[in-house]
Amino acid sequence: MSAVICTDLCKYYQQGDAVIKGLDHVSLEIEQGAFICLSGPSGSGKTTLLNAIGGLDSLDSGEISIDGERVDLLGKSALADLRLKRIGFVFQAYNLIPVLSALENVEFVMLVQGVSAVERKQRSYNILREVGLEGMEDRRPDQLSGGQQQRVAVARAIVSQPRLVLADEPTANLDSQSMEKLMTLFCELNRMHKITFLIASHDQRVIAWAGRSIGMEDGRVIRDEVQQVC
Amino acid sequence: MVLPASVMARLAWRNLWRNYRRTLIMLLAITVGVWAMIFMTALLRGMVDDMVNQGIGALPGHVQVHALAYRDDPSINHSLPAPQKALLDVLNSDQVSAWSSRVKVPTMISSEYENRGVVLLGVDPEGELALGFDASDIIEGRFLSGPDDRGIVIGRKLMQRLETRLGKRVVVMSQSPANTIADRGFRIVGVFRAELEGREEGIVYAGRDVVQAMLGVATSVSEIAVLGHDYRSPEVLASSVRRVVATDVDVSSWRELDPYLSSMTWVMDGFVLVWMVVIFLTLSFGLVNTLMMAVFERVREIGLMRALGMRPAAIVYEVLVESMILLTLGLLAGDLLAISTLIPLEEGIDVSKLSQGLEMMGASSMLYPLLQWQDLLLANTVVIGLGLVAALLPALRAAQYRPVEALRKT
Repeated sequence: MSAVICTDLCKYYQQGDAVIKGLDHVSLEIEQGAFICLSGPSGSGKTTLLNAIGGLDSLDSGEISIDGERVDLLGKSALADLRLKRIGFVFQAYNLIPVLSALENVEFVMLVQGVSAVERKQRSYNILREVGLEGMEDRRPDQLSGGQQQRVAVARAIVSQPRLVLADEPTANLDSQSMEKLMTLFCELNRMHKITFLIASHDQRVIAWAGRSIGMEDGRVIRDEVQQVC
Repeated sequence: MVLPASVMARLAWRNLWRNYRRTLIMLLAITVGVWAMIFMTALLRGMVDDMVNQGIGALPGHVQVHALAYRDDPSINHSLPAPQKALLDVLNSDQVSAWSSRVKVPTMISSEYENRGVVLLGVDPEGELALGFDASDIIEGRFLSGPDDRGIVIGRKLMQRLETRLGKRVVVMSQSPANTIADRGFRIVGVFRAELEGREEGIVYAGRDVVQAMLGVATSVSEIAVLGHDYRSPEVLASSVRRVVATDVDVSSWRELDPYLSSMTWVMDGFVLVWMVVIFLTLSFGLVNTLMMAVFERVREIGLMRALGMRPAAIVYEVLVESMILLTLGLLAGDLLAISTLIPLEEGIDVSKLSQGLEMMGASSMLYPLLQWQDLLLANTVVIGLGLVAALLPALRAAQYRPVEALRKT
C-alpha cells in the first residue's frame, strides 16, 4: 500500500514580474517503509515538496494523500494533529527548542500527544541511547555539537514512531563522519521500525544511501530510480 | 492537543528568563504600578473614611429618627416621644452598638459681649460618649455629668467668638412649642475642640433633662441617633428601626441625611477603579511591547512547535501563560511593597500644612491610609484581567504564523 500519494502538485511563487515554479505538476507514490532521497540543485522544489507533504505549506493545485487521508483538504488544527501523530520532521538547522534539554526536546512531541510521564521518559531515554546520546540527556542545545543536535532532532522525529519522516537536508551542517553516523541511523530505523523516510539532499553521499532516488529540477520530477544500497 | 499546564509553565518560565534584563525591567514596572495603585488607593480611602467618620461624628450616628417634618423645620414643634418598648428592643439589640436620644434645637447663645446662633444639643452624656464623642476633646473643664447637669459645654472657637471663658455664664434662648421665648442661663463647665472648626463654633451641649424643662417638652426629644457596626451598610439598621416606629416618624440613614458625603463614597469607588485602569493602561504598553519582542524573537521556534503538531490555540495558551507568570510575579512584588510601605504609616501622616484645604472637604489634619482587602483584590483583578487581554495581541500574532514561513526566519 502507498503511504503517500501526490497527484499533479503545483505551487507557484510570484517574484516581481516572474513566476517561479516551486512544484510543476509533480506526481509520485511512496510505499510504506520506503527509503527515498529527493535530490536536485537549490530551487529545484525538494523542500517545497516536503513542506507540501508535511502540511506545512499550501498548494495551488493537486492532491496529497497520506494513508488515504487528503492532506490538502485539512484545516490548520487537523494538519497539526496529522503532523503530531503521523509525521516526523528533521530540519537542516536542527531546530531544537533552546530552553529545553535534549531529553525535554525529545519528550516534547509526546507531551503534546498526551503520553504518560513514565512512558515518555522511558521512550526518550531509549531513543537517545539508540542515537548515541546516552549521558547527554540534560544538556541544552547550546551545550551539544552540530552532529549531536541533529541526532536529538532525529530522536525527536522518530520517538513517537511516526509513519513518515521528512528530512530536509539533514546532513548539510554535518562533517562526513557525523553524516555517516546519521545515515546509518536512518537506515537502521527504516529497517527496524518500517518508518518511511523521505530525505531531501543534494549531497551525492546521502543519495547513495537511498533505495529510491528521485531527481528534481525546476519544480518537476526528472528522474525516479530504484537503487540497491541501504 | 495542548501541553499540560505544568509543562506550559516550565516552558514559559524558561522563555521569560531568556532575556532576563527585559523581564526584570518589566517586572519592576509592574511592581511599581501595582504599588502605586494600592498605595494611592489606601491614601484616598483613608481620606474619604476620615471624611465620613468626621461627618458622622458631627451628626452623629449611622441612622437617625426624627418626627416627619423635623428635617424641613428643625424646631421643637416637631419632636418625638421618648423611645417606647418596641423601639427600645431594637435599640438594645446586637445590631446597634450605641444610641442616644437628644433634644436638638436652634438657639441664640449670648455672653456679656457677643451672641451667636448655635445648635443646642440636650443630651445624655453617657449616650453621647458611647456614640463617639471623645472625652479627650474636652480641653478645659469637663463634659456633662448626666442628663440633669445644669452646665453647658461649648466649642473652643465659640468661646473665642463670645469672648467668654470657662466658669462664666451664658444665656441660651430658643422658642417653646407654644412659640414663646424659652431661655435659661448656663455656666460653662467645659470647652471642647473638634477637627472641624464649624463644629466648635456651631454646637453646644447641655443636659437633656434641663433642656427639656427649659423648652417645656416633658420627655419629648428631637432625634434619636443610632450607631451600627459598619457605616458602609446603614440601610439594614434603618430598616430594622423603621419596622417598629409609627408611620409619621422619619428614619434616615446617614447616606440620606448627608447625600454629599454619601456620594463621596460612591465617587471614590468609581475613582479607584478608573485610577487602577489608567495606571494599568500605561503599564500595558510595556507589557505588550515585552511580549511582542519575545514573540518576534521566537518566530522560528513558534514555527517549529507548529510543525511538530502544536495547534494555534496551544501557541496562544503558551504566550498567555508567559504573561500570566510575569503579571503574577509583578503583582506579588507590588502587593508586598505596598503593604510594607503602608504598615509604617498606620499611625497616620501629618498633613496639617494642608489642613485648611482638607477641612473644606471635611477631612482632618491627620491622614490614616486605609488598606481594604477589596481594593487589593480589585488591583490584582485589574492587573491579571487586563494583562491577559493585553497579552492576547502578541499571543494571537504568534498563533497566526504559518509554520513554513516562521521556520524560514532567522
